[in-house]
Amino acid sequence: MNSFKIIWSILAKDLRVEWRNRETLASMCVFGLLIVFLFNFAFETAREETLRLLPAVLWVAIAFAGVLGFNRSFASERENACLEGMTLAPVDPSMIFVGKMLANLLFLGIAEVVMVFAATLWFNFSFLPALGQLLLIAFFGTLGYAALGTIFGAIAANTRMREVMLTVLQFPIAFWILMLSIDSTSSAMRGNPDGSWVGGVARVAGISVIFTVASFLLFEYVLEE
Amino acid sequence: MNKKFPIWLHAALTAAGLIVTVYMIFLYAPEEMTMGEVQRIFYVHVPAAWVSLMGFLIIFISSIVYLSKRTQFSDELAQATAEVGFIFCTCVLVTGPLWAKPAWGIWWTWDARLTLTFLLWLLYVAYLMLRNYLVNPGRAASLCAVVGIIGFVDVLIDYMAIRWWRTQHPQPVVLGGPESGLDPRMLATLLVSWAVFTLLFFLLLRMRLRLAGMRRELSEIRHVLAFKVSED
Amino acid sequence: MPPGDHVTKPVLEVRNVTKFFGDLAALKEVSLGIRCGESALLYGPNGAGKTTLLRMLASLARPSSGEVLFDGKNIEHDGANAKAAIGFVSHATFLYGELTVRENLKFFGRLFGLSGLEKRIDAALEMFDMRPREDDFARDLSRGLQQRASLARAFLHNPDFVILDEPFTGLDHQSVKKLEDLLLRLPQQGKALLFSTHDFEQGAALARRLIALKAGRVRYNGPLDIAPFKSLGIVRANGQSRDE
Repeated sequence: MNSFKIIWSILAKDLRVEWRNRETLASMCVFGLLIVFLFNFAFETAREETLRLLPAVLWVAIAFAGVLGFNRSFASERENACLEGMTLAPVDPSMIFVGKMLANLLFLGIAEVVMVFAATLWFNFSFLPALGQLLLIAFFGTLGYAALGTIFGAIAANTRMREVMLTVLQFPIAFWILMLSIDSTSSAMRGNPDGSWVGGVARVAGISVIFTVASFLLFEYVLEE
Repeated sequence: MNKKFPIWLHAALTAAGLIVTVYMIFLYAPEEMTMGEVQRIFYVHVPAAWVSLMGFLIIFISSIVYLSKRTQFSDELAQATAEVGFIFCTCVLVTGPLWAKPAWGIWWTWDARLTLTFLLWLLYVAYLMLRNYLVNPGRAASLCAVVGIIGFVDVLIDYMAIRWWRTQHPQPVVLGGPESGLDPRMLATLLVSWAVFTLLFFLLLRMRLRLAGMRRELSEIRHVLAFKVSED
Repeated sequence: MPPGDHVTKPVLEVRNVTKFFGDLAALKEVSLGIRCGESALLYGPNGAGKTTLLRMLASLARPSSGEVLFDGKNIEHDGANAKAAIGFVSHATFLYGELTVRENLKFFGRLFGLSGLEKRIDAALEMFDMRPREDDFARDLSRGLQQRASLARAFLHNPDFVILDEPFTGLDHQSVKKLEDLLLRLPQQGKALLFSTHDFEQGAALARRLIALKAGRVRYNGPLDIAPFKSLGIVRANGQSRDE
């Protein structure tokens, strides 16, 4: 279908642009690692403590690395008015949204892998037992977060204090995506003491889908002049 | 609305209402058992929270109207409501600690109402910041409308999520809501205060809208002048 | 252009369009149109509203009031057909610095849904002598070369309406000549050309119609004959406008 081709073109373009510089991905990973390192170093982590802190530490790191990435995603479009250039083509603005969102999702996902790897080593915690559940939570949590980051990145690109504006928009609104993800991750890591795993995943998936759909529908209004 | 309910009448009614409310809060409502006089902040705290919540609903509706109909009034309404709602929201956050510290010895607590109001406050801040920091003010209406819509979706989610979260991490209801049993005089005071706050909200909103209307007229005059100038 | 064609080919037009930036009126009740086979020069002093008008026709800017129509339909609601038929060049190049010239063109080609993309890219690059530099990163190119790459991008999808905002900026003498030859041929090919430039004589040689814009208003919209403009003192002998 035509739409998939366009989305793929935009995604591929973002990947290729990033590959030439590799600045965004590198800074996201480093930033995320630093946060995980900070917490690991600052707290004595007996197993009890680890289970309590680690989900929050990880998602906070993901949140900040994400915002870093979203900002840079639109910075690359700003240089030669490229975002505007894309609207010269007979392309549905929503396709531009999906393409950029998938790119943001992918980059953040890669950074997450790096962070989880570091957390496994430093916190001496294995994520393998609950891997399936954790992957689902990570996917949906990152999806909703990236969707908001994409639309807010496009909005913030119009302001004088871009990075700050994106942060001010992103954190209050993505707050519950992060909270519910932390909660579900914590439950998963402890082996789901409160029953099945479905509830936690469903909550994160539900809220993320709501925000993704809303962002998708509203994006065209952000691009119009 | 200006003909049937002129602003002066609205203002007079609000002033009268405020006097009645102050009387009821301090002289009519009985003193609360455990907290003492400080509890009376409740009659300000709750209506202000409700009004700021209503404010965002108005922003949501006018944002949708703007994106579909593109009327300037819907944009002005959204902006005016954001400013007035922000004030009431700040009010709640200020009265919270003023009440909590004397009553329970703690400055703050993440109970349902305060959490929701704080998140709402952050949304108001984000909305107002976006309005004021745009490089091209002509885009303000559309961009703010998008934020208004997503923001309200977030408010709904906040409400449900907070309730769910409290079932997982229960907390004693400290800052008291209608759930805790209320003396009928307290209830009456609360309802009157609620009504007056709503009246006050709409009064301030109308005044702010009048300002926006004047600005729009001024802008239109400037536009007409811009047409005439440099005709050579 | 064959006689019957103007009936079937669409018109790109603005009707009673006004554009405000805050309290500044960039365009005031402008109405004009262009159809295939026509070539028009958009001329006026700095700040006249030329860029705003061209951007509006290219669907990058919305009017504060009035309509932009393509084939009789408002491009706000039905913009895809218009965008597919318009090629636009402006001060911004719309090129990704991290991609090569060829990669940039490939990306745009895909967005336009073009078939036979490789051949089209070859042709577009040939038009502006960019084949030798096709694998250079856009950020490494000089201003003039970037302009030529941007032109190649604009012509890639073989647009019927070519809208150029000061296309000669940064081009060396040889490139200017080549572009001029290209633009001269457009009407014969059944295309429409609307462009702005600061060199009146150069523009007048390329266009058969003149649209004079000043302070947001159209002052003249008709056949172009340079002689009366020279005699009226509006244009100096060397083709420079007096208003600048």
